[in-house]
Amino acid sequence: MSTALHAAAPVRETVLSLTGVHKRFGAVQALTDVHLEVAAGEVVALVGDNGAGKSTLVKVISGVYIPDEGEVELAGQKVRITAPSQAQSLGIATVFQDLALCDNLDVVANLFLGQEHLTGPFIDEVSMEKDAWRLLRSLSAKIPSVRIAIAGLSGGQRQTVAIARSLVGSPKVVMLDEPTAALGVAQTAEVLNLVERLRDQGLGVILISHNMADVQAVADRIVVLRLGRNAAEFDVEDVTTEQLVAAITGASDNVVAARQSRKEGSS
Amino acid sequence: MSTDLSPVAADLQDERLINNQGLAATATAFWHRLKGGELGSLPVVFGLLMICTVFYMQEPRFLSSFNLVSMLQFAAPVGIIALGIVLVLLLGEIDLSVGSVSGFAAACMAVLVVDHGQSMLVGLLAGIGVGALIGVAYAFLYTKIGVPSFVFSLAGLLAFQGGLLYVLGTNGTVNLPDDSFLVNFARFDFVPESVSYALVVLIVAAYAVTHLVSRRRRTAAGLSNSWLPVVIAKAALMLVGLLWLTWYLNIDRGWGYLWVLFAALVVGLDLLLRKTRWGRYIFAVGGNEEAARRTGIKVTRVYLSVFVGCSTLAALGGLMMAGNLTTVSQSSGTTDTNLTAIAAAVIGGTSLFGGRGSAYSAMLGIIVLQSIQSGLNMLNVDSSVRFMVTGAVLLLAIAIDSVSRKARTSSGRG
Repeated sequence: MSTALHAAAPVRETVLSLTGVHKRFGAVQALTDVHLEVAAGEVVALVGDNGAGKSTLVKVISGVYIPDEGEVELAGQKVRITAPSQAQSLGIATVFQDLALCDNLDVVANLFLGQEHLTGPFIDEVSMEKDAWRLLRSLSAKIPSVRIAIAGLSGGQRQTVAIARSLVGSPKVVMLDEPTAALGVAQTAEVLNLVERLRDQGLGVILISHNMADVQAVADRIVVLRLGRNAAEFDVEDVTTEQLVAAITGASDNVVAARQSRKEGSS
Repeated sequence: MSTDLSPVAADLQDERLINNQGLAATATAFWHRLKGGELGSLPVVFGLLMICTVFYMQEPRFLSSFNLVSMLQFAAPVGIIALGIVLVLLLGEIDLSVGSVSGFAAACMAVLVVDHGQSMLVGLLAGIGVGALIGVAYAFLYTKIGVPSFVFSLAGLLAFQGGLLYVLGTNGTVNLPDDSFLVNFARFDFVPESVSYALVVLIVAAYAVTHLVSRRRRTAAGLSNSWLPVVIAKAALMLVGLLWLTWYLNIDRGWGYLWVLFAALVVGLDLLLRKTRWGRYIFAVGGNEEAARRTGIKVTRVYLSVFVGCSTLAALGGLMMAGNLTTVSQSSGTTDTNLTAIAAAVIGGTSLFGGRGSAYSAMLGIIVLQSIQSGLNMLNVDSSVRFMVTGAVLLLAIAIDSVSRKARTSSGRG
């Protein structure tokens, strides 16, 4: 019951595909023969328990780790990613869980940090501000002013800025690491809207999350990792939370299911 | 997207934004900024006015042209050193050795020129080179070995004081020749009256033109502008104020070249900090080093440039101080210089915690400190009291900084 592969999805161009990825740290085999495909305009959720290898896989894709074995193809081209900057220039943008924004700088400065527009030796604030608005509007982001320091923004607005920043280099794939982990209900919904807008812009989106409700709300496909292996892959339309949990924990008689049945039994 | 055809500027479309055009709105915005803890240089300017009033009431000579000119001349060298301190503070680091470095560089220059008969140019270049090399060494210690800046600069404080004594040898004091370029530049030469007026007009014109050009570009890009009368009023105020000050100083000797050099360094560094990538990266590293690193900023290079900049400015300040005093002695750039420079940067409004501050804080801070020192001198107050007062002012400045930081946090300005 764990694997339910469906070929019903419309044929889309694959932007990123990983095959046979192995990664080993000393005595620990963190990833074993992992494969992952992301198409343009598709949200792939990457789920798994702690230690399942999600973070390792994200770091392999974003260039922080170099896989021991395996192939990475970007838009049909075989690539070898050896550094985070290389991943960025290839068109793989990562929004880290801690967002990595500078609190003392304003929104414009943060959006273009490291890739400022220049006129001669000077920073071109006008064209950057113009682009910042274009970018934020394309995400229908609710930021009242781009000239306030990041410290003055709410958690959801910061997440928005971080996601908008990932779009500055016009990437093909955007990876979001736990984008809703620290957010309230309304802000989570806003970020999920953002994820959908990224998809509508034709980007491949990889969403890492622990929150099953969020995953089922926006993902097209759900890839489950367990103990460093592909455990299952679902189309989001025909999977229940119970099936997901079973795939993540690797058994139907898991702790979560046991609690569930106890609850049902007692009520 | 409706960015192009909208009649409202692209950055004013959010309905939550409050209109900032017109006199009342400008005043309200200003008041909200103050309440939110964005005090800027307001407390310093206010404090300076108070200091001037108090000393003027005690001793009217305090505000005489002669005293003002002397104060500016004495303030400039330490101001140059404070400028370097601003750089390291922006990264959230500290350099406690700037005083010793300034003395050591001055001693190298003096011994080369006076004892070894080298030209003044060689002496000056050697002094500045010494400063730059010390900065490179500091950056190496910080980025490669990981020694905290507090520790290596404390070591430098001792080591270069020793270096000063070693270089001076048995002489103890080296007097610079009165006709040398450095002494003339830093002590005797003043900008001619007509040139100073022309300079003032030129500066204000440059200010106005850059603002108007940037307004035009913003309008062309569909962005909003601040209210035009405010810009015009600022430029007019600047023109009148500077012209009056120039007239007043010219009753005595006028603007010294030394002060003009300091002012040019301040304006130049301010431009570099606000308008170039290098400056932006300093603020980014000072705000969140890890974030800066992840965006691909070469953090090590930022540290290298800042430590080199700080030590070089310290050396330049030391050279100018030697020129101004016409002598280098065993007490050149000792403890007093160090703490005055650091205090000036902090009093002027540069945060001790990194990521916040401006080049102008060095200028404001050193004017405040020099006023206090000069005023107390005039009143024949003992140097023991002078130290205590300077300490109290430093404490007050940091207290104001901390309070306004709290206000910023509670009103969400970080």
